[in-house]
Amino acid sequence: MLIGKPSPIPSSAITPKEKYLNRRKFLQSAATGVAALGVSAIGAERVSQVFSPSTRVFAGTKLATVPSPLTTTGEQLTSYQDVSTFNNFYEFGVQKYQPAQNAGGLPTRPWSIQVEGMVKNPKTFDIDALLKLKPLEDRVYRHRCVEAWSMVIPWVGYSLSEFIKQCEPLSGAKYVQFLSYYDSSVEKWASETTIQWPYSEGLRMDEAMNPLTLLTFGLYGEVLPNQNGAPIRVVVPWKYGFKSAKSIVRVRFLDRQPPTTWNEQAPNEYGFYSNVNPNVDHPRWSQKTERRIGLPFYAQRRSTLMFNGYGDQVAYLYKGMDLRRDF
Amino acid sequence: MRRSKLIALKTLVWAACLGPLFWLIWEAVTNNLGPDPTATITFTTGLVTLRLLAISLAITPIRKLVPKLSWLIRFRRLIGLFAFFYATLHLMTWIALYAGFSLDAMASDVVKRRYITVGMAAWLLLFPLAATSTNWAIRKLGGQQWSLLHKLVYLAAICGVIHYWWQVKPGVLTPTTITIVFGILLVSRPILAILSHRKRMATTVRAPGL
Repeated sequence: MLIGKPSPIPSSAITPKEKYLNRRKFLQSAATGVAALGVSAIGAERVSQVFSPSTRVFAGTKLATVPSPLTTTGEQLTSYQDVSTFNNFYEFGVQKYQPAQNAGGLPTRPWSIQVEGMVKNPKTFDIDALLKLKPLEDRVYRHRCVEAWSMVIPWVGYSLSEFIKQCEPLSGAKYVQFLSYYDSSVEKWASETTIQWPYSEGLRMDEAMNPLTLLTFGLYGEVLPNQNGAPIRVVVPWKYGFKSAKSIVRVRFLDRQPPTTWNEQAPNEYGFYSNVNPNVDHPRWSQKTERRIGLPFYAQRRSTLMFNGYGDQVAYLYKGMDLRRDF
Repeated sequence: MRRSKLIALKTLVWAACLGPLFWLIWEAVTNNLGPDPTATITFTTGLVTLRLLAISLAITPIRKLVPKLSWLIRFRRLIGLFAFFYATLHLMTWIALYAGFSLDAMASDVVKRRYITVGMAAWLLLFPLAATSTNWAIRKLGGQQWSLLHKLVYLAAICGVIHYWWQVKPGVLTPTTITIVFGILLVSRPILAILSHRKRMATTVRAPGL
C-alpha cells in the first residue's frame, strides 16, 4: 500500500505547477484583453455574468491548508491544466473540453447546502461556514473514471464524516444522497442528453463516514474551478468518478438506497456501489486497465487496482458481499 | 475534364484525405494530442472513417441529382480507399493501445463487447471492397457482380454507425449528426430509383402520342 507512508511527494512532481501557473496568468490576462474587446460585441450582461464576483473570482483563490496522513504518495500528479480542462460534467456539455468553457456561469456565491430527510433538524449550511468548519487538508487521490481513464489529483477538503456529524442524522439513516445544482438556464447543455436532472448520487452511511470520503472545496491548494464541481463536492477515491457528486446543493439522509443518476440511466452498466474493480468488466469495455491522463499515448496504459488501490482502508466495508452482483 | 485539371483535383483530394493523419502525427510529435492522447487518436481515426465513407456514398446520389457533376465518380474509389485506410488505422489503434497486441485480450473483446464485434464486422466488410478496387478486379468479377459485392458498403456503414452509438454512454446523443447523414444517403437511393423509374414510365407512356 502506498497510503500512509510518510514519504512526501518529490518536489519534482510538483514543479510543473509554476509552468502552468505562468501559462494561466498569461491566459487570464489574454482573456481579460479579449473580454475587453468583446464587451461591445457580446453585450455587457453576458460578460458580467462570467466575470462578476459572484462567479469567477473565487475559482483559483488560494486556500490555507494543512498536510494529511490520508494523502496518497508515490504518484506523479496530473497537471492542473489537464485536471481543469478534461472533465465529465454533462450539465455543461458532454465533450471533455466543454465544462471548462461553459461552467463560467455557475453561481458559486452565495451558496448553501440544504440538509434534509432523516436528521434531528433540517438545516442549511452556508459555504463560507463550511470552509471554516475544519482545517482544510491537502489530499492527493487517484481518480479512476468508469470510462477507463485516470488521474492523480491533489484535492483540498476534510472528511465528509465531519460534516455528517454536524448534520445530526437519525440512527435509522442508512444512506446519504447528494443532489447537484441544476438550473437549465445556466446549464443549457444538460438538455443535449436524455438524463433526468438534477444529478443525484449516493453512498451507504458507512461509506460516507469512511475518513477517505472527502468533502472537497479545492484542488492544487486553490478554490475548485467551476468545471471541477465548485464550490463544494464529494470525492470518493475508491469508486468510479461519477460517484463523486459535484456542485452539491442538497444532502438527504434516507433509510433506503436513493435513486442515482447513472444507475437509473443504465442499471446494467453503472451499479449503485461502482467500486473500482478490475475483475468486473463494464458490459461494454474491460476495467482491467486504464489510461493515465497527461502521458504520451504509448505510456498511458496501466493496470487498474482493486478499490483503486485503497483496499486497506475500505475493503472491510464490503465483507461478505458479492461484488460481481453488487458492482 | 482536362487531364491537368484532373491531376490538380486528385492532388487536392489526396492532401485533404491525408490531412487528418498528418495532423495526428504532428500533434503526437509535439505532444499536443490533449489530456487523453489514446482517446484522441481513436476518436479521430474513427470519425474520419465515417466521414469519408459518407462522402464516398454521397457521390452517386449527387451525380443523379446534378448530371453536370458526373465527373465526381473519378474520386469515389480514392475516397473509399482512404475510408478503408482510416478504418485500418482505427483497428490498429485498438490492437496496439487497447489490447496491447494481446491476442487473448482481442479475442475476448470481440466476443464479449458488442461495439467491438460490430466495429470488427464493419472493417471485415470493407476489406473485400478495398481488395477488389482495382480495374483488374472489376474486369475479373464483371461489372454486375462487382456492383453487387460493393453493395456491402451500405452494411459496413450501418455497422459503423451502430459501433459509434454502442460505445457512447446511454443518453449521450453525439452520434446523431452522422447517423442522420447516413440515413439520408441510404434512403436517397430508393427514392432516386423510384423517381427515375417514374420519369422513364412517363416517357414511355407519352411516346406513342408523339
